[in-house]
Amino acid sequence: MLHDSSIAASVPAIALSGVSKSFPGVKALNAVALTLHAGEVTALVGENGAGKSTLVKILTGIHQPDAGEITVRGEPMRFATPQAAAEAGVTAIHQETVLFDELSVAENVFLGHAPRTRFGFVDWATMERRARDLLKGIGASIDPRLPLKDLGIANQHLVAVARALSTDAQVVIMDEPTAALSQKEIEELYTLVETLKENGKAILFISHKFDEIFRIADRYTVFRDGEMVAEGRIAETDSNALVRLMVGRAVDTIFPERETKAGEPVLTVSGYSHPTEFADIGFELRRGEILGFYGLVGAGRSEFMQALFGITKPSKGAIRIDSEVAVIRSPAEAIEKGIVYVPEERGRQGAVGPLPIFQNITLPSLTRTSRRGFLRLAEEFALARQYGERLDLRAASLDQPVGNLSGGNQQKVVIAKWLATQPKIIILDEPTKGVDIGSKAAVHAFMSELVEQGLSIIMVSSEIPEIMGMSDRVIVMREGRIAATYEREAITAEKLVRAAAAIGEAA
Amino acid sequence: MNALLFRPRDLLLAGAIVLLAIAISTRYGAFVSLSNLLNVYNDTAILIMLAFAQTAVILTRCIDLSVAANLALTGMIVAQLNTIAPGVPILALIALALLIGAVLGAINGFLVWKIAIPPIVVTLGTLTIYRGLIFVIAGGEWVNAHQMSDAFKAFPRETLFGVPVLSWISLLLIVVMGLVLTRTALGRSFYAVGGNPAAAVYAGIDPGRVRFLAYTISGAISGLCGYLWVSRYAVAYVDIANGFELDVVAACVIGGVSIAGGIGTTAGAVLGALFLGVIKNALPVIDVSPFWQMAISGAAIILAVAFNARAERTKGRIILKRAETTA
Repeated sequence: MLHDSSIAASVPAIALSGVSKSFPGVKALNAVALTLHAGEVTALVGENGAGKSTLVKILTGIHQPDAGEITVRGEPMRFATPQAAAEAGVTAIHQETVLFDELSVAENVFLGHAPRTRFGFVDWATMERRARDLLKGIGASIDPRLPLKDLGIANQHLVAVARALSTDAQVVIMDEPTAALSQKEIEELYTLVETLKENGKAILFISHKFDEIFRIADRYTVFRDGEMVAEGRIAETDSNALVRLMVGRAVDTIFPERETKAGEPVLTVSGYSHPTEFADIGFELRRGEILGFYGLVGAGRSEFMQALFGITKPSKGAIRIDSEVAVIRSPAEAIEKGIVYVPEERGRQGAVGPLPIFQNITLPSLTRTSRRGFLRLAEEFALARQYGERLDLRAASLDQPVGNLSGGNQQKVVIAKWLATQPKIIILDEPTKGVDIGSKAAVHAFMSELVEQGLSIIMVSSEIPEIMGMSDRVIVMREGRIAATYEREAITAEKLVRAAAAIGEAA
Repeated sequence: MNALLFRPRDLLLAGAIVLLAIAISTRYGAFVSLSNLLNVYNDTAILIMLAFAQTAVILTRCIDLSVAANLALTGMIVAQLNTIAPGVPILALIALALLIGAVLGAINGFLVWKIAIPPIVVTLGTLTIYRGLIFVIAGGEWVNAHQMSDAFKAFPRETLFGVPVLSWISLLLIVVMGLVLTRTALGRSFYAVGGNPAAAVYAGIDPGRVRFLAYTISGAISGLCGYLWVSRYAVAYVDIANGFELDVVAACVIGGVSIAGGIGTTAGAVLGALFLGVIKNALPVIDVSPFWQMAISGAAIILAVAFNARAERTKGRIILKRAETTA
């Protein structure tokens, strides 16, 4: 695949126009356009849910657009499969690299397209030589014979890049490539991006971190709510303008009206720290309050919540529940003290698929439904029926295994399970992630109902409209620490984004 | 009402066993006489007990390959004790067997829980260690019938309403185990931990502790079976019940206990063991070579797993492959 470099320079390496994509209940992309040029880095910015990952999936052939056109070097193309995208020279390096620990570096680079000998066996010599050349080309001197697990995370990234280049990629997509890297490794990645630019690759760089974008990008494209709202040259903009473009909209989802009547503190956390995940977390949660936790992915919010719930152990710190000193060493103790945690991955961490609905609902409440060590099925059914009805659970019978229910009904079972423990404090981790718009409103209405009944909610969310629409107060975490706290009246989308990404106030 | 006590699949298996018995009776009519059926049950009683004990472990996504070694070691210890001190009452020996078995099982559970070694590796290791220990304590010697006290040998054979004590014990334990699995928080935890360990953690269940308890139960029942085995057959030596753990796992799988965890019933495990028991007892009397027994058991396992996979679309780990090749 040889291409005339003069053509490559004038015609975009890849261009999308009018691309739309809908999923049941959601319009993920609405007639977006994106143009990538050879030898340039284009930053794609937007909030969670703006449609960035859908776009990446269309570019790499995982999803097919409902409408729109893709041209590669001026020629219209269809990426019907991931292979088609790879053959057209589009490759993606993901946040978490998909590599194989036990295989050698060379094998990782060439897995699936290893050079063959005349007899059809893997040509090890050629494979290792070409892997070495590719790595040298991106400024890495890694022995291709080493097993991947012996490399540090940064070098593993380089291997991933070499793998991407081994298929003669012209378009390289980097999806939050620095999320797992240390500062020194990030510097090395910048050098690498420069090398790729010099080699004439068109790079799409997706990041939430503005310092990175201004450091290495040539152009920017801003997505908001599935639409392309702006594009231009980085040199002609600044971070304030970008933030405004990202969040600049009226909060269009309707959130339930409710009167905040926060009462006395139910939970006081002070100095909670963990050796690697978070440090010095302290706050107060009041009765009948929704306390939002905002931050970028990896800011340590879920990790802190898991420690609060007793799954992991904090290295230091203290909590008080109803102003009495409390120690939580296990989830069972947390539940007993009235704290429950509705995890983010409700599919994986929420329901026990083979167990019937009623047994899922009573699972954290078994001590309450037992008499002298024996479970009382009648009480279990009564409890399950009560909370199933309250959540409008649709199922033929409570005997049905949860695994046979629809996704929405499984969610209801998971929530019913927690409410049945009659908690005082509910930790909701991304309560509406992966939930369609209709059900989102129902979840929000339900949260309001709960706080009106005197429960307190800690809501971890990465969606700004949700944080702004639901929270009485917001704590913003950044790199494992509390970066800012805002009262309801003072919350603005700009402030949240700035605090989460450490961007200074507008001049 | 309760999906866990009995499943439609269990009825299907029960039907298959009845059909099998009828088919055999066309060749050998006496097979279906009451006294012969009681004999077959009594012969299978130990396999049944070990199978539902194993069920507790498999439900939690683990496996216990050390059950037969545990049985042999505990059996040897109580047999030796009986030769040294014939005056110790049988009930005390039974309590001791339960205790020793429980400790041996708890060792498995501890290694799986606290050291986080994969269950198959832990129990392969302890299987070998327990077998080795028998050799150490017995010095390679057998304990023969004439060295055992009469009371020691007579207990499992004594009859109550025409049924041997061995059978009564297994019937009692079926009821106990059925209650534990369906009517206690612990039993429910077995299902939860195997069905979705991550979700169990959030529900306040400690999967490690639950697995520890499953292993301890499995061990205690193995220990009890150790006494019952050596007293019934009136002999104890290093190799008793050698390879029996594979029959036990096979019984569970035929009984519909999912190797992936979280699915299975006491009734299923009992029926799975009975199925194997019927084959083992019937084939010799209708002049089928014992070598066919293994082939038929193997085919039954594969059929059962294929059936489970179709019916429940569970992703079974292929532990059984190893059970077959080593069998």
